[in-house]
Amino acid sequence: MLDRRETIVADLADLLPPGCLVSDVRGLVPFETDAFIAYRRVPLAVALPETTAQVAAVLKYCSRYGIPVVPRGAGTSLSGGAIPQEDAVVIGLSKMTRILDIDFPNRTATVEAGVTNISISEAVMPEGFFYAPDPSSQLACTIGGNIGMNSGGAHCLKYGVTTNNLLGVKMVLFDGTIIELGGKALDAAGYDLLGLVCGSEGQLGIVTEATVRLLARPEGARPVLFGFSSSEEAGACVAEVIGSGIIPVAIEFMDKPAIGICEAFAKAGYPMDVEALLIVEVEGSEAEMDATLASIIDIARRHGVTTIRESQSATEAALIWKGRKSAFGATGRIADYICMDGTVPLSKLSEVLRKTGEIAARYGLRVANVFHAGDGNMHPLILYNINDPEDAARAEAAGNDILKLCVDAGGCLTGEHGVGIEKRDLMLHQFTQADLNQQMAARAAFDPQWIMNPSKVFPLEGRPTA
Amino acid sequence: MNIDFEPQTEDDAAAIVRAAAQRSARLRIQGGGTRGICAAIEADAVLSTRKLSGIVSYNPAEMTMSALAGTPASEIEVKLAEHRQMLAFEPMDPRGLSGATGEPTIGGVFATNSSGPRRLSAGAARDHLLGLRFVNGEGIVIKSGGRVMKNVTGLDLVKLLAGAHGTLGLMTEVTFKVLPLPPASATIVLSSLNDAEAAGAMARVMSMPSEVSSAAHLPESVRGRFISGRLPDGPATIFRLEGLPATVSARAEKLTSACAVAGPVTVLEDQDSRALWREVRDVKPYADGTERALWCVSVAPTVGHQLVAALRLETGVDAFYDWQGGRVWLRMEADPEADLVRRFIKALGGGHARLMRASSAVRAVTPAFEPETPAVSVLSARLREKFDPKGIFNPGLMG
Repeated sequence: MLDRRETIVADLADLLPPGCLVSDVRGLVPFETDAFIAYRRVPLAVALPETTAQVAAVLKYCSRYGIPVVPRGAGTSLSGGAIPQEDAVVIGLSKMTRILDIDFPNRTATVEAGVTNISISEAVMPEGFFYAPDPSSQLACTIGGNIGMNSGGAHCLKYGVTTNNLLGVKMVLFDGTIIELGGKALDAAGYDLLGLVCGSEGQLGIVTEATVRLLARPEGARPVLFGFSSSEEAGACVAEVIGSGIIPVAIEFMDKPAIGICEAFAKAGYPMDVEALLIVEVEGSEAEMDATLASIIDIARRHGVTTIRESQSATEAALIWKGRKSAFGATGRIADYICMDGTVPLSKLSEVLRKTGEIAARYGLRVANVFHAGDGNMHPLILYNINDPEDAARAEAAGNDILKLCVDAGGCLTGEHGVGIEKRDLMLHQFTQADLNQQMAARAAFDPQWIMNPSKVFPLEGRPTA
Repeated sequence: MNIDFEPQTEDDAAAIVRAAAQRSARLRIQGGGTRGICAAIEADAVLSTRKLSGIVSYNPAEMTMSALAGTPASEIEVKLAEHRQMLAFEPMDPRGLSGATGEPTIGGVFATNSSGPRRLSAGAARDHLLGLRFVNGEGIVIKSGGRVMKNVTGLDLVKLLAGAHGTLGLMTEVTFKVLPLPPASATIVLSSLNDAEAAGAMARVMSMPSEVSSAAHLPESVRGRFISGRLPDGPATIFRLEGLPATVSARAEKLTSACAVAGPVTVLEDQDSRALWREVRDVKPYADGTERALWCVSVAPTVGHQLVAALRLETGVDAFYDWQGGRVWLRMEADPEADLVRRFIKALGGGHARLMRASSAVRAVTPAFEPETPAVSVLSARLREKFDPKGIFNPGLMG
């Protein structure tokens, strides 16, 4: 493939408008990795098409010559979903950023795949609407990437993740065929191909347009900080809140190291004298929020809460969320880290937290925990030094142990970041080979040549031989 | 048709499927056989999951339940109600429409992605299905998903199997999310709007932060058949509020004053409110013991009434609207008019129509599921071949 590099670059240049192909060495460097910085591979070329037809032309060309393709949104994947390989053409959607249609009576927005997550909400905010899934990277990440990874966010406890808020897509298959799935209706006909595509990590095709569901903004929202003197107490409080039938919009958890890191960065006023912090957000009218909070406070008191702090203003509320959402970036200022993403049943939260700490200690590593507690989606951040190969190896080994711990507790490897490269070789810990064979068979129905983001998700051993 | 196979364990089920695949014997897969969708299936034998029955695990504090596929949906709803929980997507009881007498099963609920009025706010059955075990067409047991709320590990076969009507695999066990049963329910009834005005009113209400869980419009032709005629005179545009009693009454007050500019408003409290939505869910007006063709149409919410108006110029129809107008229950006076219905849906921006009930003569010549575009139907056929290479599951169903 690399021998043919010049021919491929010349051919792609013919398929794309000027300025839409990157092939020089320096220009390719920004595409060598994503937010999973542990791996880097410079791709063969990067196509930045402006239209669905151009995406189709590039895919048709690549499939004809068996060239691997790696789709890319903003490159914010934490699992290496957008990391290329040397013999691959990256298709980046960063030039497809138009909002095509906003339909308030039907509460839908149709946008090109390169539109950022936040800009959908921004576009509809003046009319009192929002788009619910809110990954922490929402300022940068694209809706196409969100669909690829079925992204979540802090508020999906109430509103669901991407797949629950996606109504339709236009996408290009491996051979350049353009198809449309779903639309403005709540249910689509036939097999739920939309559900299969969402979270398929760019292996079934490239989404170029999406129709998403808009929701009316709640009257008000109020995040409240609850400090505890142990992680166990905080975990038990979460389980009881959920068990009591109250579903707040969000319940976020931070342990002491995470509180320190986020407070130093955001100055959000987090209490520094607690071992564990919950951010609980409630919504509705003032009276509703008061009533819901009163019930939550009762429960928190039963679990030994030491600090309760309600945000007194919109600015304060925004700061509380800024601290939480910048957790990964703030951690990046003090150390390199890998971020785990396992989900566990709520009843196992405390146990898994404790064992996570034990695993980190065994490897001599520091770990900070900051995660979506309401749905059991954990994010231990393992701190290490990327320039020390031994430290990096230890961090990776610790991460693997933590993910296996999540699976063994009845959970899964990844709740919202995706398998990517990072967790590919752990898949057999969660699935049998027969389970994976069935998934790969479904994949093959879309991409029989196995050229779409080929080195991701499925262990390299045990793949079907064409 | 008589039931030929009633496996009692997943292993039994896998063995039966393996043997059938070897002989290329076509199987009709059913749960309780209550949905009246089997007429088009050409099978050599019938396999029912109803003996694969029982709740496997239920943890109210985690809001998840696992059950064998043949477990009666009613058993599950009773168990959940004991812990003040529910299936939030509100699956219908299909027996009113089909006239069948068996027990709807939880496997049937998910295999048909059956969702009721609360689908508008809470999502469909497929949104609540967290994991499943199934036997594929080669008799191999496969698991997908899990029992946690957030899970993006691998391809989401759970979504694919939900709504596949047993054509991709025989579900043996399902794990799903449950939600708290709202302690209070109230319904705002806005009377006197025609279909088009109702569509506008529903869109306006859904754009308010009032957390309406369901919105439907019951034209004058059907209004009297709900809650024994206790709805006020005139067409009824109805909005459901659910939650804590204080919350519901505060929102009801606000919504009432917002609606009052459009027409007379009545509020239905707990009992009547719950009964009304149960009847909307079960399509009460058309659960009339007849075999008159009934379509379930899914379109953009503001398009539903336009479709009905266009059809009225060509043929005799009666209709009411759920999901803010985007789900149309469409009963044909005579001919099913499949081509006409589908042509108009396409012309109005797309969606689909599924034939929910018809005489066997009509079913024999009318595709119950919306025909797919050529490129998508190639994908569907390939997928089916990957899950069921011998084509033994429910042949003839779903395209």
